[in-house]
Amino acid sequence: MPEQYKSSTEIQPTPVIAPGHTFGTVTEKISAIVLTRPATNGWFIGFGIAFMATMMMLYAIGYLFLKGTGIWGVTIPVGWGFAIVNFVWWIGIGHAGTLISAILLLLRQSWRNSINRFAEAMTLFAVAAAGIFPAIHVGRPWLAYWLFPYPNTMRVWPQFRSPLMWDVFAVSTYATISALFWFGGLIPDFATLRDRTEKRWIKVIYGMLSFGWRGSARHWHRYETMYLLLAGLATPLVLSVHTVVSFDFAIGIVPGWHTTIFPPYFVAGAIYSGFAMVLMLAIPIRKIYGLEDFITLRHLQNSAKVMLATGLIVAYGYGIEAFMGWYSGDRYDAFTLWNRLHGPYAFWYHSLLACNIFIPQVLWIRKLRSSPLALFLISGVILIGMWLERFIIVVVSLHRDFLTSSWGMYYATRWDYMTYFGTIGMFLMLMFLFLRLLPAISIFEMRTLLPEAEVKE
Amino acid sequence: MAKRDPIYGIMAEFDSAQALLEAARKTHQAGYKKLDAYSPFPIEGLAEEIGFHHDAVPLVVLIGGLIGGGTGYLMQYWMAAVDYPLNIGGKPPHSWPAFIVITFEMTILFAGISAFLGMLALNGLPMPYHPVFNVPRFAFASKDRFFLIVFSSDKQYNAVETRRFLEGLEPRTVSEVPS
Repeated sequence: MPEQYKSSTEIQPTPVIAPGHTFGTVTEKISAIVLTRPATNGWFIGFGIAFMATMMMLYAIGYLFLKGTGIWGVTIPVGWGFAIVNFVWWIGIGHAGTLISAILLLLRQSWRNSINRFAEAMTLFAVAAAGIFPAIHVGRPWLAYWLFPYPNTMRVWPQFRSPLMWDVFAVSTYATISALFWFGGLIPDFATLRDRTEKRWIKVIYGMLSFGWRGSARHWHRYETMYLLLAGLATPLVLSVHTVVSFDFAIGIVPGWHTTIFPPYFVAGAIYSGFAMVLMLAIPIRKIYGLEDFITLRHLQNSAKVMLATGLIVAYGYGIEAFMGWYSGDRYDAFTLWNRLHGPYAFWYHSLLACNIFIPQVLWIRKLRSSPLALFLISGVILIGMWLERFIIVVVSLHRDFLTSSWGMYYATRWDYMTYFGTIGMFLMLMFLFLRLLPAISIFEMRTLLPEAEVKE
Repeated sequence: MAKRDPIYGIMAEFDSAQALLEAARKTHQAGYKKLDAYSPFPIEGLAEEIGFHHDAVPLVVLIGGLIGGGTGYLMQYWMAAVDYPLNIGGKPPHSWPAFIVITFEMTILFAGISAFLGMLALNGLPMPYHPVFNVPRFAFASKDRFFLIVFSSDKQYNAVETRRFLEGLEPRTVSEVPS
């Protein structure tokens, strides 16, 4: 190679798919994970731990049903404890999946093609984990269906002026659309698995799931239209979901909640934590399943940049909250700020600032953005930070509001922790199953990334 | 109903997306109207080459979205202002700004479900069995091969002539599809 070209090739960005792959190798490599690769001991151990954590969650929920929410740390004045903290945390994590699959599709960021499938799966499982909390928090969970407007003999209807009702509709719509988007994306890949497997019963199952997909040009045309429209619908939806979640707080009058910065700052925080979870999942998956060709450093670097950007929006949100606490002249808002910085939960507020604002700034360093291990650790820090953020918002705002006579402290019980860690276990258990049963990377979208897929008119 | 032809069509197999696109164009230009093309991923412009111009999915989604939004708003109006008016914080029974969020969510919900079900219905799916699956090599249509079929129901179809025509397109193989 002539000397003058060398430097220009060196600064080429890392490719989204390693060179040398064909339609055949992409197909074989991804479908082999599901069809031929035996389940290793590592998989069984991981799945087993996650499964046991899920059982722990079911145990904690079973006991909750027996005893009531008194077994949790929630009481007056902090009536919204871990349940709401975890709900918001999980819903937020889900947002990155939709961002990757829908918004990046509309922006024609084709690098998303290798991570959208499992990011969408992550969304679904995170929403499933999130959905548990409000349902078991209602006090009489066997009546949770009262949240939906159904004709009933009591002749009453839900109260649609409440943001909590908006939340019911936003989250259930979000879960439905995410599931459709995910399943819709899987249809052509189910057909691939149907055609690749040798075993009859597996063929039948994947054949049924593929709806008999045969890849007709007319079908592809309608399919792409559907995919694009679902992306267009999911984009405002995902922004609306965390906006509505933030309304749960912002519509109330509690100091620390009643602010207009909440919707954009919640959405940014959601994407921030979601990308952190994507990286925490993608980095081990690409390593263990040898998918470095498809989930390249480019994906990790891009995700790191998204985290850096959304992290700065979150930092701006904190800044505005603090500024408004002072500038509004409202003594309760000012006290909320003081209480965060110096009150009994000050340690956690400072940890939050460290986890969400200061430590992630190391992502400005290119070398760390290219190091999977560093990204994995920073993502973990961000996930902790985002959990603390919701804890600060929910608990620290509630524990000292207007009247000093009604101040109190919040202490989570073992049942709170069991339920929380249990949902992490359930999330991981579903991820483990997903990796073995469904193609973790979208095969047909990977094919379109290959140079052979381009046609000239 | 006319007597069913024992042959469903004649299928040619190609190596690349480009070859399939060109073959589809030539076949359509040669006057064949009832044909279809199969590929492992969407190919831009292929549907147009085989004479597919009217995609009804957007219309279905529009109708679904309008129904969803209308249902969402009217449901809240009827429940909160007509059937069960309740004074909440002194707001009027028909407090429309509070109804916008759910109206929006219902629009998205109905439009999204319409997109998915509309795509399936217009494509005639689910259809677990289809004659093209009778061709053993068709299993590669979901991997790395590209197929073009001329249906025997085409006016211009002739078992010998059509086969010869398809062979002239330099495919990898040509096979009859039993129905």
